[in-house]
Amino acid sequence: MFKIVKREVYSQGTVIMNQIEAPKIARKAKPGQFVILKADEEGERIPLTMADLDVEKGTIDIIYQVVGTSTAKFRDMQVGDAYQDIIGPLGQPTHLEKLGKVVCVGGGTGIAVLHPITRGLKEVGNHVIGIIGARSKDILILEDKMRLASTELHVCTDDGSYGHHGFVTEVLKEVLEKEDVKLVVAIGPVPMMKFLTILTKEYDTPTMVSLNPIMVDGTGMCGCCRVSVGGETKFVCVDGPEFDAHKVDFEELMMRLQAYVPQEKESYDAYQCGGACHTG
Amino acid sequence: MAGKAKKVKIDRQLMPAQDPKVRARNFEEVPYGYDPETAMKEASRCLQCKKPGCVAGCPVGIDIPGFISLIEQGDFQGAIRNLWGKNSLPAVCGRVCPQEEQCEGVCIVGKKGNPVAIGNLERFAADYERENGTGELPPKQKATGKKVAVAGAGPSGLTVAGDLIVKGHDVTVFEAFHKAGGVLVYGIPEFRLPKDIVASEVGTLERLGVNFECNRVVGSIVSLDELFEEGYDAIYIGVGAGLPRFLNIPGENYIGVFSANEYLTRSNLMKAYLFPKYDTPIPIGKNVVVFGAGNVAMDSARTAMRLGADNVRIVYRRSRDEMPARAEEVHHAEEEGIEFHLLTNPTRLLGNEKGFLTGMECLKMELGEPDDSGRRRPIPIKGSEFQLECDLAVVAVGSGSNPLLTRATPDMGLNQWGYIVTEPQTGKTTKKGVWAGGDIVTGAATVILAMGAGRIAADSMHDYLALGW
Ligand SMILES: Cc1cc2nc3c(=O)[nH]c(=O)nc-3n(C[C@H](O)[C@H](O)[C@H](O)COP(=O)(O)OP(=O)(O)OC[C@H]3O[C@@H](n4cnc5c(N)ncnc54)[C@H](O)[C@@H]3O)c2cc1C
Ligand SMILES: Cc1cc2nc3c(=O)[nH]c(=O)nc-3n(C[C@H](O)[C@H](O)[C@H](O)COP(=O)(O)OP(=O)(O)OC[C@H]3O[C@@H](n4cnc5c(N)ncnc54)[C@H](O)[C@@H]3O)c2cc1C
Ligand code: SF4
Ligand code: SF4
Ligand code: FES
Repeated sequence: MFKIVKREVYSQGTVIMNQIEAPKIARKAKPGQFVILKADEEGERIPLTMADLDVEKGTIDIIYQVVGTSTAKFRDMQVGDAYQDIIGPLGQPTHLEKLGKVVCVGGGTGIAVLHPITRGLKEVGNHVIGIIGARSKDILILEDKMRLASTELHVCTDDGSYGHHGFVTEVLKEVLEKEDVKLVVAIGPVPMMKFLTILTKEYDTPTMVSLNPIMVDGTGMCGCCRVSVGGETKFVCVDGPEFDAHKVDFEELMMRLQAYVPQEKESYDAYQCGGACHTG
Repeated sequence: MAGKAKKVKIDRQLMPAQDPKVRARNFEEVPYGYDPETAMKEASRCLQCKKPGCVAGCPVGIDIPGFISLIEQGDFQGAIRNLWGKNSLPAVCGRVCPQEEQCEGVCIVGKKGNPVAIGNLERFAADYERENGTGELPPKQKATGKKVAVAGAGPSGLTVAGDLIVKGHDVTVFEAFHKAGGVLVYGIPEFRLPKDIVASEVGTLERLGVNFECNRVVGSIVSLDELFEEGYDAIYIGVGAGLPRFLNIPGENYIGVFSANEYLTRSNLMKAYLFPKYDTPIPIGKNVVVFGAGNVAMDSARTAMRLGADNVRIVYRRSRDEMPARAEEVHHAEEEGIEFHLLTNPTRLLGNEKGFLTGMECLKMELGEPDDSGRRRPIPIKGSEFQLECDLAVVAVGSGSNPLLTRATPDMGLNQWGYIVTEPQTGKTTKKGVWAGGDIVTGAATVILAMGAGRIAADSMHDYLALGW
């Protein structure tokens, strides 16, 4: 069992941080790697990136957006509750190298995944320009941590409630115009990553994205997480999760993420009813 | 002798089974097993051969006439003790061994009629013990103070764990999944091998003192060298052949196309057949196609039918004679209404604008000369393309070696397909202190072969731990 020792709520309750006791995983994990969590006996196996870790305390942090049954179940777990199963670290760690100027772009909960990579890239000596964005100010996460992790940070909101009024791509375009950028790392909703990739292609700037397909085992045995990269089939859980953005077939990824929409709704309704039946 | 002639006149005792129409829509086990009386009657058909062919046909050399004669006498506990001597998972093997190719295939009684139902009897003895036995454990030798790590809790790793724990070693099994059992829990469905049985076998090992560490991917959370540093004296690798093979034809990434590993893992391990009580979803196909004709394909097809498909088709590029599945599985599948499209090869999968599978294109095949595997090679018939409607496809055309652990262990020898090279008489790999066996050495094979390899390695590991070689 893996106990939750600390819990924080962001984005008006739609994004949750859990700090979990998992000393063996904490000792091994590197930026860019993820874990698979299962809440209880009936639970699904859900991949989430480690947003932070503390080797001494033996804890890992996960930050997730509540989008369906499993993340709602996770949301309902409190400090002292435990996940039945956590497996990891999974996936390839980020390749951290000193390149010069790099830009780290994060959108939505993607910022949680981006944060340890940003920190790692700065630690090896890069000048890191962070760009983070959200729909509006009150759902923006991890601004302080990202400010610490990057050399300079730009913030955008779609509705202009904070920072730059507009999308992360607009700020990125300005940076690409002015600076000699060696690498762009982009993590966020698939459409964001897709549009950003079109932009960096114009500037011929190497770009890396972290992909989030549906997974089951996370060890390369089921093929559920397959994506097309440069015309080849790759398993994100073992070959990724990070790939050369200019080669990724984002359309296919977006399509495959829709595989279970009706079942997800059925499952969510059943879960909600489970809650309602208690009071009613 | 007159007595003997009379004996074989008894017909092979059938196991009562669920009605095909009913069972095609539920996940309960298909055959019910013998009652004691029927088991004794079936046991009486054995001729107690002096040179029993059946024993030579069993990969682990079970004393078949011995345990059968104990059943005939009604000494069921004696029978199970006899079986345990060679096979630690008789309830499993009795159910899933390809008996017609092994023990029963060479039983003398089978020459003129139906062979003795060795598998059914093995199953009976094990089930009887589980349900009525005292739960006694085999005696354990004095603690040796030696520590053994086993990677993978499939039949091969479980056999090693069981053998070495009774020899007094301290055994820890590291399993990547959240449950122990390997293919027995994630691949073979409930209706063929109830998961309670696997859990009970794993429970016995736990009671014997084996330490199970689930959710531990060796090669990722810990390397083999780190295990040695942590004080393990010997390591066994039984991680199976868990890499799905696809057809590499256009359209394979449409929604609704699954590897058999994914489809069966969702249904079996994650219990998606009980969705939404369990959270993991699985789509219910209307028109399902399954590519391949081995046990994995039969399990996928029969699962799809139970989940509520309108029709399920097996699509296989060779003919009936080359189908690798156990005879009983093919028979059960046919009874349950699975259709067989033989000598048919898929060439392309078709989908709609939303990315959902809608159909497939195939080619008719004919058989040519035998290939390397000795089976007649299927060759396409020109101009025979045709289309089939389908909304769910399961690819069950075999599996390869999963490189997760081997990639993290560069100093261990592999063959050209990525399987671990071992010395056949001992199971030793090229890395000191490391043994391997089962599907990760042979490629996808059978439960009993994986167990046999585990037994050989366990003997060699014990020598190494006790004597240093
Ligand atoms: C390697 C990896 C790392 C990830 N890291 C994080 C993270 O740090 N924080 C975080 O919030 N999420 C992360 N995700 C996504 C997360 O796994 C999903 O949001 C989660 O599985 C949804 O489960 P659910 O049951 O709550 O929702 P569901 O009911 O399963 O899904 C609801 C909706 O979310 C979408 N969805 C389903 N699965 C995914 C998925 N894997 N990725 C994106 N959208 C999905 C679907 O379009 C679906 O309609 C990661 C995914 C991967 C593969
Ligand atoms: C659907 C299906 C049906 C079958 N039907 C039959 C049948 O009827 N009769 C028959 O005889 N055979 C059958 N087989 C074949 C048989 O199940 C296998 O040959 C046998 O299970 C192999 O045993 P194993 O111990 O080598 O590996 P597995 O059973 O594959 O077990 C390997 C275990 O290792 C774990 N693992 C993998 N990597 C790691 C790692 N890095 N660290 C830790 N653990 C790891 C896996 O999760 C798994 O639990 C079937 C196979 C399948 C898939
Ligand atoms: S283990 Fe398998 S092959 Fe051996 S006797 Fe039993 S059923 Fe037959
Ligand atoms: S070959 Fe058949 S009849 Fe002879 S001992 Fe074996 S099971 Fe009995
Ligand atoms: S999640 Fe199963 S292969 Fe990647």
